[in-house]
Amino acid sequence: MSEAKLDTSFRLGTRGDDVYAALIAAHDGLSADESARLNARLVLMLANHLGDAAIVIEAIERARAGIGKL
Amino acid sequence: MRYQHQRFPFVRPPDLNGRPTRAPVLIVGAGPVGLALAVDLALRGVKSVLLDDGDTVSVGSRAICWSKRTLEIFDRLGVASRMVAKGVTWRVGRLFHRDKEVYNFDLLPEPGHKHPAFINLQQYYVEEYLIDRARDFPELIDLRFKSKLVDIERANDGVTADVETPEGHYRLEADWLVACDGVRSTVRGLLGLGFVGRTFEERFLITDIKMKADFPSERWFWFEPPFHSGQSALLHKQPDDVYRIDLQLGPEADPEVERRPENVRPRIEAIVGDRPFEIDWISVYTFQCRRLERFVHGRVVFAGDSAHIVSPFGARGGNGGIQDVDNLAWKLAAIAKSEASESLIATYDEERIRGADENILNSARSTSFMTPKSQMERIFREEALAMAATEPFARRLVNSGRLSLPCLLDRLSLQSEDDPGFLGGLAPGSPCLDAPIIDNLGNRAWLLNEILGHFLVLSFGHPVDVPHGVAQLTVVDGPADCADGHTRVQDADGLIAQRYGGIPGAAYLLRPDQHVAARFVKPTAEKIATAIERVLGLEAA
Repeated sequence: MSEAKLDTSFRLGTRGDDVYAALIAAHDGLSADESARLNARLVLMLANHLGDAAIVIEAIERARAGIGKL
Repeated sequence: MRYQHQRFPFVRPPDLNGRPTRAPVLIVGAGPVGLALAVDLALRGVKSVLLDDGDTVSVGSRAICWSKRTLEIFDRLGVASRMVAKGVTWRVGRLFHRDKEVYNFDLLPEPGHKHPAFINLQQYYVEEYLIDRARDFPELIDLRFKSKLVDIERANDGVTADVETPEGHYRLEADWLVACDGVRSTVRGLLGLGFVGRTFEERFLITDIKMKADFPSERWFWFEPPFHSGQSALLHKQPDDVYRIDLQLGPEADPEVERRPENVRPRIEAIVGDRPFEIDWISVYTFQCRRLERFVHGRVVFAGDSAHIVSPFGARGGNGGIQDVDNLAWKLAAIAKSEASESLIATYDEERIRGADENILNSARSTSFMTPKSQMERIFREEALAMAATEPFARRLVNSGRLSLPCLLDRLSLQSEDDPGFLGGLAPGSPCLDAPIIDNLGNRAWLLNEILGHFLVLSFGHPVDVPHGVAQLTVVDGPADCADGHTRVQDADGLIAQRYGGIPGAAYLLRPDQHVAARFVKPTAEKIATAIERVLGLEAA
């Protein structure tokens, strides 16, 4: 088992705003349901690209904890 | 005491007595941009007539946030020391979401720069200092207040302006006209030109209050503050116990109702508590992020808000305008003095449209972040803000304004191909970086104060061969000895070597506006001459 740990430092260099703007633009004009589907596709794609299940699971837990009510 | 607006009287110009003027440059609008342009041209020996329909400096603080690059430009023009002495220097920003501080940032600049990252200073002070400075050039700057441009006739070699004054009309001929007449530009209207880009429906209420308080010199920004439900707010400190408060109004807000002092007061009380304050100025600002398609129209050139407008977050309006002047003045002067081909003016369009687009992109994104338009956009923002308290990456996604940084002019027409022999340093198109120096008398000084308005070869280690008549400054590690007639300065703290990747024997060619035009690991007079010709366009002439 690796010591893999989710990196929450900022890693997008000078492109953070580009990524955020692209995300918002992708949702433009979508219904709530379509937006949720878009987010699902994105998450799955990025999780696969990461290729490290331990990190993906840590991110899931951390993001989930932020939503509360377990 | 409130700022006392000095009134500038109308002075009857010779044109009304049958002695018409032909101005090399006619500047319309005596705001910071027009005044800075007149001073910059005067420093280059070029005469201008400056028309303004008013008779005083800015009413209201308007542009308050001046960046380091702007201060470096103002230093070249001779007003930065007054500005820094009077202004409030700040570097810490705090970001609040609802009632909690989410994070703070410190712009603490790296050491070894003459000027701070930002100062806050009301626009009326900047204009006052520039008018004082313009008065140092009575032979070169003809300041005409209460003189309103009402019509323009354009020709290939200049313009004729129709000017209305309290004592009658006159016509004035000029080789060039530069429109520095702001967002509601008369010149733009007379030419029938419109802006392209976005107008946001959101409005901000902008107020200055006068208050004795011990608030620190920081930028405070709130998303959804408890005192202003659902909206955003910004608090900034200015000199003379004046505070700027910006409050976002919803798209449904009626500006006429919102600007009434009885409606503004309770909102401010909610921020400042029971401290007594006076309202100094109230304005309602509609977001726009737009520009002219081109800034050069024959012999008419646009600079500042007449050419491009941005929303106020990021300090990109006033700073963008001053950077226009920095780019334009030496080009106009070189053309006026026949030192450059007229085609040089086209590169003002090229270079400053890049700058304007960068400012528009950044300010439009900040504005979008403050005014989410869809449910999903609100959710992304809400979660970015919520995560920012604990997850460092999210702080960088929160956008309350991306503060003005100088624009890079790399890979544009005037800059020569970079020399691949450099590792690091400043590529062609970069603005020069400041650093401390020690001159040949042993005095500590600043590098940028040595790069003043003309081409300069900056060489490292020892002087290099330069074309006849081109100035050279050599940076050395040890004491600067100028006995052989070459100007040398000592790299006081080793920062020039670090910032310029200075290899012994290498040289940079710097433009008159302190930008890198070319650099060579193994410079020759011929290579430098070719790079200068490329800038001045004389090769093609």
